[in-house]
Amino acid sequence: MTSAKPTMIEFKDVHKYYGDYHALRGITATIQAGEFFSLLGPSGCGKTTLLRTIAGFEGISSGVVLIDGKDVAAVPPNQRPTNMVFQSYAIFPHLTVAQNVGFGLRKDPRSAADKARAVDEALAMVGLSGYGARAAHALSGGQRQRVALARALILKPKVLLLDEPLSALDKKLRENMQVELIKLQRQVGITFILVTHDQEEALVMSDRIAVMFEGQIAQLDSPERLYRLPKTRAVANFIGTMNFLSAQILSEAGGMVEVEVQGFGRLQLDAEKQVTGAPTATGATIGFRPETATLLFDGQQATDRETMATVEEVVYYGDMTYYDVLLDGTSAPVRLSMRNVFGRPVLDIGTRTRVGWSPGALVLFR
Amino acid sequence: MSEPLKRPRFWGSQAASGLALISPTALYAILLLAAPLAATLVYSVMTDGYLTVIPHFQLCNYIGECHSQLADGTMSPDGYLGAWSDPIVRTLMARSLFVSILVTAATVLLAYPVAYFVSFNVAPSKKALWLFMITIPFWTSYVIRVFMWNVMISRTGVINSVLQGLHITSDPLQMSFTIQAMVITLAHAYAPFAILPIFVALEKIDRSLLEAGQDLGETRFTTFLRVTLPLSMTGVIAAVLIVFIPTIGDYVTPNLIGGGKIPMIANMIEKQMLKADNRALGSAIAVSAMLVVGLVSVVFLALNRRYLKGPK
Repeated sequence: MTSAKPTMIEFKDVHKYYGDYHALRGITATIQAGEFFSLLGPSGCGKTTLLRTIAGFEGISSGVVLIDGKDVAAVPPNQRPTNMVFQSYAIFPHLTVAQNVGFGLRKDPRSAADKARAVDEALAMVGLSGYGARAAHALSGGQRQRVALARALILKPKVLLLDEPLSALDKKLRENMQVELIKLQRQVGITFILVTHDQEEALVMSDRIAVMFEGQIAQLDSPERLYRLPKTRAVANFIGTMNFLSAQILSEAGGMVEVEVQGFGRLQLDAEKQVTGAPTATGATIGFRPETATLLFDGQQATDRETMATVEEVVYYGDMTYYDVLLDGTSAPVRLSMRNVFGRPVLDIGTRTRVGWSPGALVLFR
Repeated sequence: MSEPLKRPRFWGSQAASGLALISPTALYAILLLAAPLAATLVYSVMTDGYLTVIPHFQLCNYIGECHSQLADGTMSPDGYLGAWSDPIVRTLMARSLFVSILVTAATVLLAYPVAYFVSFNVAPSKKALWLFMITIPFWTSYVIRVFMWNVMISRTGVINSVLQGLHITSDPLQMSFTIQAMVITLAHAYAPFAILPIFVALEKIDRSLLEAGQDLGETRFTTFLRVTLPLSMTGVIAAVLIVFIPTIGDYVTPNLIGGGKIPMIANMIEKQMLKADNRALGSAIAVSAMLVVGLVSVVFLALNRRYLKGPK
């Protein structure tokens, strides 16, 4: 994540039109070598299009795409130092597992025996040792994906492109594969670029994430920064849940911003760590994550501030309970997530309760 | 604990309703396909009589020399050769095989690019229109379509008139009554039969496989050779069989385009069955032709069996 790492991919003001439709609207970003980078966004945001411009399956209307310092505008997909794991896995149904994995080795000058050994090693790397002779069409979804990974990694690309590779797997398998992919990326050390619409997946796996909306990168940051200090309310809403309260900026001086927040009263916030977004004339908004405020049960003391509230909705999740509570002096409920500790009751709807919170956990959207 | 299993009665069972569903077709097939086939087989091992077939078993219609029974019950002194012994039948069989293999090769090779174009280069909304247009030649009768080629290629036909009119040639080219003319005519007549199965096979190919091929270092052309072609072989195999099997038995084209000068095996069968009224020999030639077609088809399928296994 340090800037000392060399740049692997660079987008300079990349635009892409499909007829009248403006799919990519001025993408400028750099992806570093050896980084696990994610393109995250809702469907139709252009993340897959951007990935396909790296692979070479989509041309661009204007701008520059550099891979390892080289402009790839005129380089066809088969000559790019990238390999892709397709969303459908694109396993060749007429070939065996070993033939699929070895597909890209045709022009490799190594001997047939060396190539066979490379195929075996690649299969071992993805945990499919001994599957080489099987027919590809007889594999399960998870196995197909491993074959697709082995088939791409055997060519030792500079960049591995993953187009929603986990979306077709069930939840348990998906979580296992997330961990395996991270391990694999550390092991081979090449740049991984993942396209996903699953914010949790992006947070778990990535070194850095580009959140995309409508053909533009809304924010490019580490998972922690994206979660803690999203630049816009749209980003905040896309990544996890965020509660919003209307606020008014009273004064800004000496690196501190004084705001009047509905329900929370008058507060001082750190301009550098807690204030985000470009200044606008309209009113500001305070945001906080559900886990940064807490319900205070009998005898519990607030660590910082506390406010009275009424429980409006209770959603029980087993290990967690989500409470929608209406803070006194506000008009819309906010969501709090509470870990279910042994012996602690689940509150009923309508209960009056105290909510503990801290000004340091608040984010001000201007 | 559990009730004794009741034996399902036949009536009302799934098997019964299934049989009921196929019974009209099955009846039709038995009456119009299996029965004549069986009759042909039986005729082929009987003795030819005057305007009839005499139920006297023999194999001379296949091998060796046969004698017909005359109207007065005596055997004709003039013998004829069985289907496999007669050099004329063997020549016609070989010619039929040669022509139909040429026709099949020409048809499938020309059909593949058309099917490929419609599947890969035509917008999805226009594909139905293209397929519709491909079937337009079928709106006219097969005989008329074949005859039209005569109009094109005869000595005073369209092609020769144009060539002579433009002073490209001085004398008319001899195109009709040739094997080439028969191949062209048949290839045109069977083109849609070859295009459609290949189109269906190409349509089933997941397009991301082609991108995967390029992603793994192959050009468009080598991706075609390594991915598209093997995956469309089911369609090619179907096209080959659909064209090969009927063309080997075609007798309209040899009559109209060949002018009867280049007869094929079907013309021989027709002659024996109708003109010479030797149904026993005609049946033996027909059965022999079926065996040849069956054998060639089985060998062809065996050679291509690797493309036919596994779900697609």
